[in-house]
Amino acid sequence: MKCFSRYLPYLFRPPSTILSSSCHTEADIISTVEFNHTGELLATGDKGGRVVIFQREQESKNQPHRRGEYNVYSTFQSHEPEFDYLKSLEIEEKINKIRWLPQQNAAYFLLSTNDKTVKLWKVSERGRRPEGYNLKDDDGRIRDPSTITMLRVPVLQPMDLMVEATPRRVFSNAHTYHINSISVNSDYETYMSADDLRINLWNLEITNRSFNIVDIKPANMEELTEVITAAEFHPNQCNTFVYSSSKGTIRLCDMRAAALCDKHSKFFEEPEDPSNRSFFSEIISSISDVKFSHSGRYMMTRDYLTVKVWDLNMESRPLETYQVHDYLRSKLCSLYENDCIFDKFECVWNGSDSVIMTGSYNNFFRMFDRNTKRDVTLEASRENSKPRAILKPRKVCVGGKRRKDEISVDSLDFSKKILHSAWHPSENIIAVAATNNLYIFQDKVN
Amino acid sequence: MSKMAGADGDDSLYPIAVLIDELRNEDVQLRLNSIKKLSTIALALGVERTRTELLPFLTDTIYDEDEVLLALAEQLGSFTVLVGGPEYVHCLLPPLESLATVEETVVRDKAVESLRKISHEHSPEDLEAHFEPLVKRLASGDWFTSRTSACGLFSVCYPRVSKSTKSEIRQHFRTLCSDDTPMVRRAAASKLGEFAKVLELEYVKSDLIPLFAALASDEQDSVRLLAVEACVSIAQLLPQEDLEKLVMPTLRQATEDKSWRVRYMVADKFSELQKAVGPEITENDLVPSFQNLLKDCEAEVRAAAANKVKEFCENLPADSRETIIMNSILPCVKELVSDTNQHVKSALASVIMGLSTILGKDNTIEHLLPLFLAQLKDECPEVRLNIISNLDCVNEVIGIRQLSQSLLPAIVELAEDAKWRVRLAIIEYMPLLAGQLGMEFFDEKLNSLCMAWLVDHVYAIREAATCNLMKLVERFGASWAQSTIVPKVLGMASDPNYLHRMTTLFCISALSEACGQEITTKQMLPIVLKMSEDQVANVRFNVAKSLQKIGPVLENSALQAEVRPVLEKLATDQDMDVKYFAQEAMTVLSLA
Repeated sequence: MKCFSRYLPYLFRPPSTILSSSCHTEADIISTVEFNHTGELLATGDKGGRVVIFQREQESKNQPHRRGEYNVYSTFQSHEPEFDYLKSLEIEEKINKIRWLPQQNAAYFLLSTNDKTVKLWKVSERGRRPEGYNLKDDDGRIRDPSTITMLRVPVLQPMDLMVEATPRRVFSNAHTYHINSISVNSDYETYMSADDLRINLWNLEITNRSFNIVDIKPANMEELTEVITAAEFHPNQCNTFVYSSSKGTIRLCDMRAAALCDKHSKFFEEPEDPSNRSFFSEIISSISDVKFSHSGRYMMTRDYLTVKVWDLNMESRPLETYQVHDYLRSKLCSLYENDCIFDKFECVWNGSDSVIMTGSYNNFFRMFDRNTKRDVTLEASRENSKPRAILKPRKVCVGGKRRKDEISVDSLDFSKKILHSAWHPSENIIAVAATNNLYIFQDKVN
Repeated sequence: MSKMAGADGDDSLYPIAVLIDELRNEDVQLRLNSIKKLSTIALALGVERTRTELLPFLTDTIYDEDEVLLALAEQLGSFTVLVGGPEYVHCLLPPLESLATVEETVVRDKAVESLRKISHEHSPEDLEAHFEPLVKRLASGDWFTSRTSACGLFSVCYPRVSKSTKSEIRQHFRTLCSDDTPMVRRAAASKLGEFAKVLELEYVKSDLIPLFAALASDEQDSVRLLAVEACVSIAQLLPQEDLEKLVMPTLRQATEDKSWRVRYMVADKFSELQKAVGPEITENDLVPSFQNLLKDCEAEVRAAAANKVKEFCENLPADSRETIIMNSILPCVKELVSDTNQHVKSALASVIMGLSTILGKDNTIEHLLPLFLAQLKDECPEVRLNIISNLDCVNEVIGIRQLSQSLLPAIVELAEDAKWRVRLAIIEYMPLLAGQLGMEFFDEKLNSLCMAWLVDHVYAIREAATCNLMKLVERFGASWAQSTIVPKVLGMASDPNYLHRMTTLFCISALSEACGQEITTKQMLPIVLKMSEDQVANVRFNVAKSLQKIGPVLENSALQAEVRPVLEKLATDQDMDVKYFAQEAMTVLSLA
């Protein structure tokens, strides 16, 4: 492996505050992270069904270094645990995905989903409240009706800013299997939700009806060989979407061609290298995330060991392949035994599509600069995060002698994994979820 | 407390005070009630205070639930009198403006509707001074919600403003047609037609046609498909000689669009398009387009086109109608009869019978009849049902006998379909079929089916079968009922299955009126009375219900002598429900 470069793609400084909950329960584990379209807001969802929204501080002259600090803006319970009595199934409250809608008025809107139900939330501010009653005096005492000789119309008075989240729509009863992805179409009128075997198309205003656009469920479930692992709409072509499968392939569909997109229009697959074939080949080739680049020209897929960039115009092989943690190839057996091999790592593009980021174990996350081909491993941890310092690159030692600041593969902590992360749409600010902690790093100022 | 204040009228303030306070009650229902009585509040406050206090308060209440906001938006549309008449109508603009920017489409649409309504109450000066600036503000708003609302307001203010303002409005509309967000472009596309109607023809040609062409080739499918609708309105406005140059290129492009949703829209709007472009273009252009839509690769498009077959043929120019249908349309229709998609077939089946009136007897027998017969044998029940439900069209042209040989197996098969909803659907057509096939044919072939449904294992079918018998008796008369139906119905009274015994009671309740007093008294009543001793309580309380139902048909003497003792006995039954219904029957029949 190439020696890491001192000239990192970006210099990230650690946050002065790490956003986390003090106690460490299962419910606090962050399960999704997403910036809104302007980057002013950042939403996280957790296993307890909560959504926490952070807002970026406005720039202030007095404290220039506080520029871009994200503070909690609103917290609400999006999903509750449920029980499906017909199927005797517990439905977890865990938030699988959050997607922001483009802003349409002073309020913000986002979609959040658990395994079965997608909800549209409105997050709005209220700064005034009405005052003055007819039947009560200002202290709240009931007035004698006979003393009412004048009608009072309530007057709005300023009050402390209140942020409230209200559920606007609930899209339910359309998925038999677990929803793994939601994606808003560029027409801003529809969105899709994908589960293991089907993809449904919804109108954002209609909750009682959705259209099935992909169905890969075989008539006989014993013939099932693959499942849908992720799906996303093209950022600007309203008719195009992709979905990835557990077999490591990606299908691109054109909704113009037919109402039911069971025939793909493009099929992306990398031919298997026979020399690398092993018992684990199929498991590690399963795609855990697929993301279009902002430009819409490329897409990126993450499988267990690599992240790949594809040109939409070339189906035969990926344009670029980056090794995320190739040193795990020799440890697949134990990773299989502790189930880690089924971890679903996500991947993200930076604002200009020149850098990609994805997670690994031991609270490490990786960045790859597509132009310089440099890459770096960083660590999200409290110990490493001295305020105003610059994040030190980390290195995993593979065989041979371990150098001073290297970590050996055997001492990696596989319970600390970075599955979810997000990149600000235009600036070099990243949000990294490490179990119950959210780290927000940003490019060094000056 | 004494009502001392009554004299000076303050007493009436109390209910108003409650209404005002409940505008902010925690209970949505109470808030909604108050909003719906907003005119009462305004009346009590007087025009001055309504303008200075109530409206400012309402302007800021946009945080409320949608249903409250919707009611508010609607109320404000007829509030002009309450703010002091047309002179002050502009005071209503601020609250409606804020409602026009909320995220909920129904509320926004209602606010726009109210704004359109009150725009007519503005004097030309006020329109220019207050209304038009509001439209501009909305049109250049930061958020797309306000810009989409603006699209619906251009057409109401355009005709009544000065020349310079008109040009500004046209400019605003142009800007919105090329807005960054598809939502606004969709709103603009959907209002293109109505805006075209108020525009001077020269501007339609110089301004709107380019916008129309641009929207029709928008990158978003959802925008392009709305341009199809605009096609209809624009084509209606333009003189015939301009259509070819200004509208047809766009329409042709839409019928061949890559996206099936756009082609679907063309198919769905085909009759309107046909009327708008006139007979000549229809013959030269639309006929081939329609053929293509009927052969489209997407089933949704074929189904939408199939739905329009009859209407399209009806509206063809009379002199060439038959030739076009026979040479161009019918070959496509023939293929659709064996389409792979059942929605396409059933859409076709719902209109195909209508062609027989257009083509006349000979063509129907030669060309259409084989298609009807094929569809009557279709594997999909919906197709067969749709054919059967439209039999009347064919009956008028060739008489139903031509079909009866194939009809009967189709009906029998539907009657015995495994899906109860299919059985239910065919039952509903029975009275219609009975009317067209005649009593003799019915008795011979269909009567046994009608009786079999009475013992179906699904309640909904038994219920529908009961209702069907009533309609048949209404059609064929009481003597027919006495000879064919009544004996069978009454025979079920001693069936070992209590559900069947109950069916007897339901039938009696339904048939008594149609059968008349004699049959009811002599044949039905004794059976009902006898069943009052049934060992199943459900049967007994249904006896009480039936007696209540047939009571009015009976003579008073029978009521007193026969019904009363039975009901009295049932009223002392050990079962609570039996008691209850017996007592109820006695009260209704005035026997208590």
